[in-house]
Amino acid sequence: MSLSPEQVKQVAHLARLSLPPEKVEPYARQLSNILEMVGQLSGAATDGVQPMAHPLDMVQRLRPDAVSEENRRDAFQAIAPAVENGLYLVPKVIE
Amino acid sequence: MSLHELSLRELGEGLRAKKFSSRELTQHYLGRIGRHDPALNSYITVTADRALAQADAADARLAAGQGSALTGIPLAQKDIFCTSGVRTSCGSKMLDKFIAPYDATIVRKLDGAGMVMLGKANMDEFAMGSSNETSFYGPVKNPWDVERVPGGSSGGSVAAVAAGLAPVATATDTGGSIRQPAALTNLTGIKPTYGRVSRYGMIAFASSLDQAGVVARSAEDAAVVLQAMSGFDPLDSTSVERPVDDYVGALGASIRGLRIGLPKEYFAEGLDPGARACIEAAVKVFEGLGASVREVSLPNAPLSVPTYYVVAPAEASSNLARFDGVRYGHRAEGVHTLEELYKRSRGEGFGAEVQRRIMIGTYVLSHGYYDAYYLKAQKVRRLIYDDFRRAFGEVDLILGPTAQSVAIKLGDKSDDPVAMYLNDIYTIAANLAGIPAMSLPAGFHQDLPIGLQLMGNFFDEGRMLNAAHQYQQATDFHKRWPKGFA
Repeated sequence: MSLSPEQVKQVAHLARLSLPPEKVEPYARQLSNILEMVGQLSGAATDGVQPMAHPLDMVQRLRPDAVSEENRRDAFQAIAPAVENGLYLVPKVIE
Repeated sequence: MSLHELSLRELGEGLRAKKFSSRELTQHYLGRIGRHDPALNSYITVTADRALAQADAADARLAAGQGSALTGIPLAQKDIFCTSGVRTSCGSKMLDKFIAPYDATIVRKLDGAGMVMLGKANMDEFAMGSSNETSFYGPVKNPWDVERVPGGSSGGSVAAVAAGLAPVATATDTGGSIRQPAALTNLTGIKPTYGRVSRYGMIAFASSLDQAGVVARSAEDAAVVLQAMSGFDPLDSTSVERPVDDYVGALGASIRGLRIGLPKEYFAEGLDPGARACIEAAVKVFEGLGASVREVSLPNAPLSVPTYYVVAPAEASSNLARFDGVRYGHRAEGVHTLEELYKRSRGEGFGAEVQRRIMIGTYVLSHGYYDAYYLKAQKVRRLIYDDFRRAFGEVDLILGPTAQSVAIKLGDKSDDPVAMYLNDIYTIAANLAGIPAMSLPAGFHQDLPIGLQLMGNFFDEGRMLNAAHQYQQATDFHKRWPKGFA
């Protein structure tokens, strides 16, 4: 399996990554090499095998439905790149 | 003996006997960092003031006859663990200015035990790498040969401990990031069972594989710190509710009758003859200690690298979606739309290896490719897990090499991702299965360290550490120091 430069641009868009034009071709080559290595998996006999998502046989733990977190809004906003009046600032979304 | 040559037990005894104070010990290490770290680059941030304040608090506890076995002993924290009020970069430009607003659970636990944090150890960016060359803060050098890599991703942790710039360090292991660098720097490093140590406050790479552990200069040192780090944490949804075994108490037991399996796939083509000779000599030592050795088979082990390079990037692409340039982390300047803000912040903030893995992960999870890649890899993961289940029906521990050879030179494989990925060929299977595994010094080839890997059944850390400790009573490889750092 190989990835064309066009496919790399599409994947980068899906992953919300801007790529400088000169990086697209090297990425296409490197990602194609990785997918070629990963392609060894297609030969494995996996009929009837249950996919394994996680190493532990456990169910999601639940906790009592009670407030356990304190309000740390100021501490969390202090590390944000741009805030004003307690709001996170982003470029205008609606024209 | 100099302070930095003492074991953690000896340091604890010296502190308690007032032979030296925690402040003196901390200053000794800060002095060594100042002298030696420019050659190694093992620390991203040195927290001298915080360390001295912690040392004074530890001295007060010790003077009052309080504290634990670790009170007053310094350590380095891998810069993947959130430390309140201290930059937590994860080796990335994305988090270069990130001051964590809370402590990781293991930071809280080790601080609580009275340990003194010297600083934050360098690492591959977001723990993605096997040579510590992907760090935004520059590569780490191997103290055994500064033209060589220390391994990765916990390269700063191992370089600091191997050179005596910290007595012990925390580390993390998603596909070998504790064991492979420990092997390449003559250290003992343990990745416990998935779920044994809390992941809360440990910046996520691949959540079903990530696990925190320790790199140390002996199995005994590793046992003491792992004991203090382990245990159930309600803040980690995959933390296991199970008491922690007495790792330290189990160290002294005889290993007579211990059944050790040698997986034939780990001794196949690709293993350097110099490494093979060290591992075979180590097997003889274990036999001399009364262990019985037999061949076992992990037939699907050769598929662990391709399986990992689907599962880990898939999880990484999801985990790293949180870096959006809005709430924290790097934000691009001069953007006009929200999409441009996301794309440029991520394009500028992530290095090439992280971008490659995000794109591979995005691709294998995308419509039309999910079944062929992601679901297939999850099925092969089950086959790899079943191999271990079968093997542990026959033996107590599995023994093999940690890495194919000695440390490579800086730059040797940094342009060839697939060649770099194959560095982790012996370590990845334990992460996919979730079992504990460790590396310990097994000798030298061309004056460079070779590591031996032990893998155990779920929650068998105590048995593994016991075997490693007994081996270290019969050998002295782990006591050797790299020239120039004595």
